[in-house]
Amino acid sequence: MDKLVTMISAEGGSAGMTEYIKHHLAHLTIKVGEGPFWAIHLDSVFFKFVMIAVFLFLFIKVARGFTSGVPGKLQCAIEMVVEMVDGLVKETFHGNSKLIAPLAMTIFGLVFLMNFMDMIPVDLLPATAHAAGINYLRVVPTADLNTTLGMALCVFLLIQYMGIKHKGLGGFFGEFFTAPFGPKGAPANLLLRVIEEAVRPVSLSLRLFGNMYAGELIFILIAVMTLGATLSSLSFYALAPVQLLAGFVWTVFHILVITLQAFIFMMLTIVYLSMAAEHH
Amino acid sequence: MNINLTLVIQGLAFFATAWLVMKFGWPHIIGAIEERQKKIADGLNAAEEGKRALASASEKQDQVIREARGEATGIRDRAEKEYAAILDKAKADAIAEGSRQKAVAIAEIATEAHRAREELSHKVAELAVKGAERLIRKEIDAAAHKALLDDLISEIAR
Repeated sequence: MDKLVTMISAEGGSAGMTEYIKHHLAHLTIKVGEGPFWAIHLDSVFFKFVMIAVFLFLFIKVARGFTSGVPGKLQCAIEMVVEMVDGLVKETFHGNSKLIAPLAMTIFGLVFLMNFMDMIPVDLLPATAHAAGINYLRVVPTADLNTTLGMALCVFLLIQYMGIKHKGLGGFFGEFFTAPFGPKGAPANLLLRVIEEAVRPVSLSLRLFGNMYAGELIFILIAVMTLGATLSSLSFYALAPVQLLAGFVWTVFHILVITLQAFIFMMLTIVYLSMAAEHH
Repeated sequence: MNINLTLVIQGLAFFATAWLVMKFGWPHIIGAIEERQKKIADGLNAAEEGKRALASASEKQDQVIREARGEATGIRDRAEKEYAAILDKAKADAIAEGSRQKAVAIAEIATEAHRAREELSHKVAELAVKGAERLIRKEIDAAAHKALLDDLISEIAR
């Protein structure tokens, strides 16, 4: 990260810009112990919990009032998403599982909501927080690798659980040595399996993190265009229209990205879980 | 990027959310959707049933109308026949009454004519007798010749 920021500052050629970007990419962190691991990104946790509250409000509180009669508009909207997810799960996963569809729904809804924080003007919440005395704030929890890897590791554990549940302990661990090359290629099988399993949470989390981080960074770079400009400076009048246009275009494009990334995370989870439940 | 305790918190929070949705949210939503699907299916079936019932009812209605029409035709035919019969009877009655009245009138006329003739012949006979009396006043004794005179009267009357 430091390297990236140095690169940007070299291009921008301004200490103010470097400071601005660095500032925007720093988490609000508290230390809870010795060493780099014992720290908590309060901003990621806070916004994730806000999004969880919104999601649970929609999918539990509101869902409790659902009628099988004529649905309201909110109910229609939620049911559309639910039916889409349910249809995808039924298409992909041929077993019978009460877990996968709600899990997929949670992933899609939660990741979408967290990604959606990227749609809020990049300086709005940090500046507000700054006025309230909080110096660092990153509002997009999915642009924090901790969030995405935490979710991906949950999915990873569920994949193992699914494998053991559907194949039994013997079948599950036997597969480590027998698939895909048969019992004779046991070491190769084990190596392949370990790589395969390890790659899944990494690719799952890095894909989402990378997309959201890059998206956020581009919003920051668009914001940097008129950084420190005054109404009397010529560069302001040259750059302001460009900034407006670029911000608009990237925001519109980002609507697609945040939805797509939420969908991909959900879809891959469904696929991994159904693969784990099927016999090789 | 530093991996730290945030990872654990975010993972657990995510897992708890998924569990809550699975336990308390999802069954409600899917239940409502499936119940509505069933309701819609039932409604469509009921509509189909209603359509069938309507078709059979309209068929029945046609039949009833046909029957009623047939009955009405029968009633009209019977009424016409009855009307014709009554008319015929009335005509016959009138003719019979007419001829009876005519017969009575003829008989009355005959009686009257007979009586008039008889009266006339009596009067003629009396006149003849009176005339004869005047002619043969003294020679004829009314009492003695009464039988002869009556005989004469009846002969004239005939």
